[in-house]
Amino acid sequence: MHDANANRAAQTFAPLTASAVLVNPVGLHARPSVKLTQCAKGFTAKIEIALAAEGPWTDAKSPVKVMRVKAPQGATLHFRVAGPDGDAALAAMLALVHDGFGEA
Amino acid sequence: MGEIHLTGHPASPGLAIGPVAVLTSAVASRAAQGDPAHEAAALKAAIAGAAVELAELIATVHGEAAEILEFQVAMLGDDALAEGAYEAIAGGTAADQAWRAALDAEISGYRAADEEYFRARAADLVDIRDRVLAGLNGADRAAGISGDSVVTGDDLSPSTFLAVDWTRGGAIALAGGSPSSHVAMLARSRGAPMVVGLGPLPWNGQPPSLALVDGDTGTVIFDPKPETRRLFEDRMAAANAAQIAADAGRLKPAVTADGRRISVLLNVAAPEEVERLDPAICDGIGLVRTEFLFEGSRGLPGEDTQYAVYRRILEWAAGRPVTIRTLDAGGDKPIAGLTVDGERNPFLGLRGIRLSLARPEVFRVQLRALCRAAVHGTLKVMLPMVAIPREFDRANAMLDAEFAALEAEGLACARPPLGIMVEVPAAALRAEDFDAAFYSIGSNDLTQYTMAAARDIGAVADLNDAGHPAVLALIARTVEAGRKRGVEVSLCGDAAADTRLTNALLAAGLTTLSVSPIAVARLKAAIAGVAA
Repeated sequence: MHDANANRAAQTFAPLTASAVLVNPVGLHARPSVKLTQCAKGFTAKIEIALAAEGPWTDAKSPVKVMRVKAPQGATLHFRVAGPDGDAALAAMLALVHDGFGEA
Repeated sequence: MGEIHLTGHPASPGLAIGPVAVLTSAVASRAAQGDPAHEAAALKAAIAGAAVELAELIATVHGEAAEILEFQVAMLGDDALAEGAYEAIAGGTAADQAWRAALDAEISGYRAADEEYFRARAADLVDIRDRVLAGLNGADRAAGISGDSVVTGDDLSPSTFLAVDWTRGGAIALAGGSPSSHVAMLARSRGAPMVVGLGPLPWNGQPPSLALVDGDTGTVIFDPKPETRRLFEDRMAAANAAQIAADAGRLKPAVTADGRRISVLLNVAAPEEVERLDPAICDGIGLVRTEFLFEGSRGLPGEDTQYAVYRRILEWAAGRPVTIRTLDAGGDKPIAGLTVDGERNPFLGLRGIRLSLARPEVFRVQLRALCRAAVHGTLKVMLPMVAIPREFDRANAMLDAEFAALEAEGLACARPPLGIMVEVPAAALRAEDFDAAFYSIGSNDLTQYTMAAARDIGAVADLNDAGHPAVLALIARTVEAGRKRGVEVSLCGDAAADTRLTNALLAAGLTTLSVSPIAVARLKAAIAGVAA
C-alpha cells in the first residue's frame, strides 16, 4: 500500500517510532481524526499510525483510514514516521495526542 | 388500523404532533449507464458537488454543527473513501451502484464498532453516501420535509437535519439512531423533540399519517385515536402555556410556589454562548467548561489567551458570580513520548484533578490565568473529579503559590475561592472532610459512578438515572455537609435541566441549580410549580 514517494523516503530515512496514549474523551473520533490528518499532511514524511507496535500500519494522512482504526480513549497510539522532516512530524503528532487534540 | 405505541430512548426533550414524513433512503437508480470512463467522471463530479454543497451549508452554521460537516468534507476529500467504488466502476459497475456498495461496506464497519461513539458515526457516512447518490441522480433529498413534520426513518443524517427549519414545531422519531449521535446533539440545541431506538417501524407500504412524539419519556404514538390525540394536545397546550409563561419569567428570579428563592445559574462552554444573552436571565454562571474553550487551537492555550477568555466571561456576568472549572480532561497518563499501557477503564483513571496534579506545569498556567482574571468580577474556581481531601489540599497550595508569585511580580490579581465538584461517590459521602469553599454536584458523573452505568451505552442507559434514590441520597448528604460547614452547594449536571427531577432536587435541599441557557426558562417555570 506504500506509494512510490513514500517508499523512496523510507529508503533514505530510517523510520522513527514512538507512541502516546489517547487522553481525549472518546478517543480518535471525528474531530481529532480530522486534526491528525490535517497535521500529518503538513509534512512530506510518510506518517503511519497503529494500535500495536507491530502494526498493522495506517496512513495518518487519510481521514477515512484513520477513522477505520477506531482508536478508543486510553488506547496507545503508535507512530512510524520516515522522511526528511520526520523528527518535526513525529514531535507534532505526539504533541497533538498529548494535548488531547485541543479537547483536553 | 389502530393506534401504534412505540417506546424508544429519549434523545431530545419536548412534545410534538405532526404529519409523518418518512425518510426514503432509497434513491431511484439512474436511467442510463455510460462506459467506465464516463461513470468514473460522473462519480468524481458528484463527490466534488457534494463537497461544494457541504461547504455552502457550513457557511450557514457554526460551532458543533459546522464541525460535524467539516468532518464530512474531510472524509469526502479523501480518495481512500471512493477507492473501492472506482475499482468497481473500472470493472463495469454503474457509478451509483459502485458508490453505494463501497460506502455500505464502510458503514457496516462503523456499525460493527465496539464503542457507541463510533457506531453513531455511521449516520455521518450514510449522509455522505446519500448526498453523493443524490448528486448522481439529480435529486434534492431534503425537499419535501417541512419543519412541522414528524420525521421518521431508520436514522437521520446531520445535513438533512440542518436543511429543515425546526422552529416550526417538528420532531424526530427513529427506528435506530443513538442519543449520542450528532443529530441528537443538534436536536437538543435546536429544541426539536427526538426519540431514538423505536425498533422496526411496524407498517408495510402506507405509512401512518400522524404521529405524537414525547421526547421526555421516549414514546411515539402513530395514528392516534381522537381521544389519545386530544389528551396529548392538552398536554402540549399546558406545556406551551408553561413555556410562554416561562419565557415571560425568564428575566425574573426563580421562586417556588411557597416563596423560596432558587438561584439559577448557566453552564457554558465558550464565551460566544452567552454574549448574545441578557445576563439578567441568570444569577450567575455555575459552570464554565475550560476544556472546550479553545477547540480551534492546537493544544493548551497560553496564560494570556486563557486570561482573555476568562475575563470576557467575567465581564459579561457584570458582577454575578462565575464558577470556572479547571481542566477536566478524561483519560490516561499523558507523558511525552513514552509508551504507557492503555488504561483499561479510562473513566476510573487519570482524569480531572488527578491529571492536573500529575501535570503541574499545565495546571499552573491555568491557575495563574484564573488569578489574573479574578480582578474582573466575582470568580470562583472548582476542581473536577476530586475523591480525597489531599487532592484539594494540593491544588489549594498550588493556587496560593501562583497567587503569591503573581503578586510578587506586581501583576493585578486576586485569589479566588476554591471549591470542588462532587461527582465521585467518595466525595459525596465525606464532603465535610474537604476544606472547599463550595460544593458543586456534577450529577452526570455522580450518577454514572453510583449506578455503574454509562449513559452513552444504550443497553444500560435506563440504569443511568439521576433520580434514583441512591443518587438523591448522595445529593442530600452533600447539601447537609454544606449546611454544616456553612458553604454553598449547587448542582450543575444534566439533572438540573430535567424538570421531572426539579421537585426531588429541591426536596434534597438544593437552592442553586446550573443549566444550559436554553433550559433556563423551563427550569424557572418548573421551580415556580414546586411547593414544599
